[in-house]
Amino acid sequence: MSDISYKDKGSILGPFKSLSFFSRKPVTEPFEPRIAADNYRGFHVNDWDVCIGCSTCQKVCDNAAITMIKIPGLPDDPVMGIRNERPAIDYGRCCWCGLCVDICPTSSISLTQEYVHTCRENELDSYFILPDPNGMHNKLFPKGWSKTGDADLVDLERQPMAEMEPQSRSDNFDEIVDGFTKQQAIIEASRCVQCGMCHDSCPTNMHAPEYIRAIWEGDAEEAVRQMYRTNPFSHVCGRVCTHRCETACSIGRRGDPVAIRWLKRYAMDAVSDERVREIAAEGKADFVSGKKIAIIGSGPAGLTTAFDLAKNGHAVTVYEALHKPGGMTRYGIPEYRLPYDRLDADIDVIKSVGVRIECNVRIGSDITMEQLRQDFDAVVVAIGLQQGRSTRIPGSDHEQVRASVDLLRMITAGESFDVPESVVVIGGGNVAMDIARSLARMQKSQYGKVAVTVSALEDFDHFLADPEEVKEAREEGVVILDSRGPKECVIDKNGKLEGLTTLGVISIFDDDGRFAPSYDEVDEQLHHGGMVIESIGQMSDISLFGEELTEELEWNRGRLQADEDGVTSVSWLWSAGDMVHGPDVVHAVADGHRVAASIETYLNEGSSNNE
Amino acid sequence: MRPENYEAIKQPPSNEFELNFGPNHPGIEGNYAFRVKLNGDEVLSARADAGYLHRGFEKLMEGRLWIQNIALVPRICVPDPVPMEVCYSLAIEELCGLEIPERAQWLRVMQLEMSRLAAHLFAFGGHAATTGMYTPMFWGVADRDLILDRFEELTGGRVYSIYNIPGGVRRDMPDGFLDRLGALLDYLDSRLPDYDSLFFRNQVFIRRARDVGAMTQEQALKWGVTGPNLRATGLAFDVRRDDPYLAYEKIDFDVVTQPGGDALSRNLVRRAELKQSIRILRQVIKHLPSVKGAVRCPIPNPLAWNVPAGETYTRVESSKGELAYYVVSNGGDKPYRVHVRGPSSMHAVQVLEKLAVGSRLEDIAQIMFSLDACPPEVDR
Repeated sequence: MSDISYKDKGSILGPFKSLSFFSRKPVTEPFEPRIAADNYRGFHVNDWDVCIGCSTCQKVCDNAAITMIKIPGLPDDPVMGIRNERPAIDYGRCCWCGLCVDICPTSSISLTQEYVHTCRENELDSYFILPDPNGMHNKLFPKGWSKTGDADLVDLERQPMAEMEPQSRSDNFDEIVDGFTKQQAIIEASRCVQCGMCHDSCPTNMHAPEYIRAIWEGDAEEAVRQMYRTNPFSHVCGRVCTHRCETACSIGRRGDPVAIRWLKRYAMDAVSDERVREIAAEGKADFVSGKKIAIIGSGPAGLTTAFDLAKNGHAVTVYEALHKPGGMTRYGIPEYRLPYDRLDADIDVIKSVGVRIECNVRIGSDITMEQLRQDFDAVVVAIGLQQGRSTRIPGSDHEQVRASVDLLRMITAGESFDVPESVVVIGGGNVAMDIARSLARMQKSQYGKVAVTVSALEDFDHFLADPEEVKEAREEGVVILDSRGPKECVIDKNGKLEGLTTLGVISIFDDDGRFAPSYDEVDEQLHHGGMVIESIGQMSDISLFGEELTEELEWNRGRLQADEDGVTSVSWLWSAGDMVHGPDVVHAVADGHRVAASIETYLNEGSSNNE
Repeated sequence: MRPENYEAIKQPPSNEFELNFGPNHPGIEGNYAFRVKLNGDEVLSARADAGYLHRGFEKLMEGRLWIQNIALVPRICVPDPVPMEVCYSLAIEELCGLEIPERAQWLRVMQLEMSRLAAHLFAFGGHAATTGMYTPMFWGVADRDLILDRFEELTGGRVYSIYNIPGGVRRDMPDGFLDRLGALLDYLDSRLPDYDSLFFRNQVFIRRARDVGAMTQEQALKWGVTGPNLRATGLAFDVRRDDPYLAYEKIDFDVVTQPGGDALSRNLVRRAELKQSIRILRQVIKHLPSVKGAVRCPIPNPLAWNVPAGETYTRVESSKGELAYYVVSNGGDKPYRVHVRGPSSMHAVQVLEKLAVGSRLEDIAQIMFSLDACPPEVDR
């Protein structure tokens, strides 16, 4: 079997055959630089314009060879998910495995075909290199090992979210999205590279990497614990948050961002309400401070302030003018996006730490601000933006021209109104979608068909509403027109509203970037509708302050003037939420924390002064 | 004091002495040492002295993510790193129940055989050097370099290819790779007669190696000898054939044996295995183009990869013998325990200690190289 037998005695002359090699070319390497293979794993290059400083390369490096270095002058924008840090490589540790390349979410880092570096003894730190696009010795070498489809270790596709089919959801207010199963949640959570961009971009800096990790480890309770460090509206935010975290997510650079919002929702739904209350109460002060705080408005800003202050041992009373607490989360967001029982669950948690909520109390009429000032140590105004703005176009004072916020409030409160067979909505934001889709549902159940037209100023490339809102609205039969400016609400001879005429938009902003839409007068269309709904923005009802206080307070273009911490020009009064900062739930929550911290400092300083 | 009450201190005979052989010695593979007791130049006993290369691989692996260890394991055997990657990956794939694509299986076989060729060229070159013949060593190392060129092209790395990961291989081969590999095989095939006349059929080598470090089949089995060293005692055992993995079931090759159990037999087995590896690679070249598809099955994000709890003993045939990974997972993102059965850990310790006894000092190096012992497999 073997080529040479064990018994082979060999030859003494055979080796002389090698003498023939004298005439052959030497096998030794040539002196000129040897060109490496196309795939070679040489020194790193990093495209700084593509790199976002997420440090995933550092996490996968098996030799701890990578250090993230701050580079002043590079863009540093948490909202966009960019840090001004770039990886530096310690070539005393690097083993050129190239895992940093394969896992890089942006594919900015590659290895080149350059592999020679020598130095003198006094240049030993020249082995610690900050790779940039120019290469190790400012000499461009072709790329070697760089990202390919085969080698990519980043999972670019998110878990599919099951939701109701358009035909089965179009005539009811049932929640559309099913939420993740446990298996899906774990897989989705496993896509996270723990870069923390989400945390930095979140207005309230939710500990998303920590709770995603906990979900991946199958520990939903720990995930809830991490959420309650910063957000008492986790049920709400798990459903309707504007998810800046996902915009900043480094995986989203090339693929679908991690579904952070749905993961939050999963964890909140996976833990019983009772257990959530226990977790939320962890760390609550075991003393009573004796301080009293009044909060006007039970939206996310007011209740977050209340939650923080109550946990610190203060007596907090929240006044709500409407029947139920929740503010815009209840009276502004349709139930198919946010079921009321989940909102109630969040509010129950807040109540369980000792917050008192008094509904149907309108400050300004039932109780005056002056009374609050006398009875409480601090007062917070967090009333939000509850009045719709008007376009003030001709005919907009007709009784069938309504504000979207009013109608949404009526729908939630169960107040009946006549839903016409056809409706025109002015506006292209998420609120416009909310009212359009709500009315579409009511039309479908009442008339069996949908006739809702949305006319928006913006074109679809610059649309304000979320793309999924637009997609789902269309699926439900809503017609959305872009680049249309409202001209007139047409009223017939009998005083009946006929519809809305719109003009084609030429531009929205003038040369200085100010809002000054210009229209193409020739391109005019009439959209028939028995009701026109204005959904172009909201403002606050500030009548509660009364004349004297309004006079005393400082205002900025009709908005109450308050600093970052919500401190107004009056020492006992704070202001939080949409009415000062806006524009969504998670910003309101963040505002609530800041205001609570500011009040806490104020109260502590007050008590130390008294001593 | 009367002389009959006086007991002289027993001095060892003047011709017996102890010698430290290694760790820095041209006759030692890597950093490794023996404490040898000699009578003249006859070895009375030898004690293996490992530890000069200890980096604690097995312990290090417990502190690293599953994927990070792929850059660590090839370092356990420098001349033959691919089986380390493949075996570690196979173990994880078994724990995770991953089915790797067929193309990846063939690509792995290809690398394994390329690596075996390179390792055997290194081994016989090394053996030649221990007997004072340096030309075969230069030839072996130079021709091994041509294989490393192909590794560089395929994997981006010459020595530590770090090309296999759990789930398959990291990327597909470049265009035209198989042609260039085929040309290399033609070249190596043409070199075999040169190696024969210079070394394997060189009477100086044959007479020098015959009966040196001989063991019986029974001893070999008792001492845990595997691989070419075991086959050199006449037992046809090869993991590739007897416990097939990857695509080896579909490949024709012979398990070569030799009867002598000595340094000569072991070298002749390796010489024949050069031929067999070339034969296997030619089959790969023929078959691989028809196997289409992915080179890796989907795997989780390496930074969040929990391998299901369990344990596995996975083995492959490396150029040194039966290489195995015993991997225990407690369901976490890092191994709970990894034990590497480096075949050389038997060959370089218990086998060498026994074979050295009775041999001559100048044969220790020859025995070590004929066993193709790789010290880092001892110092894990």
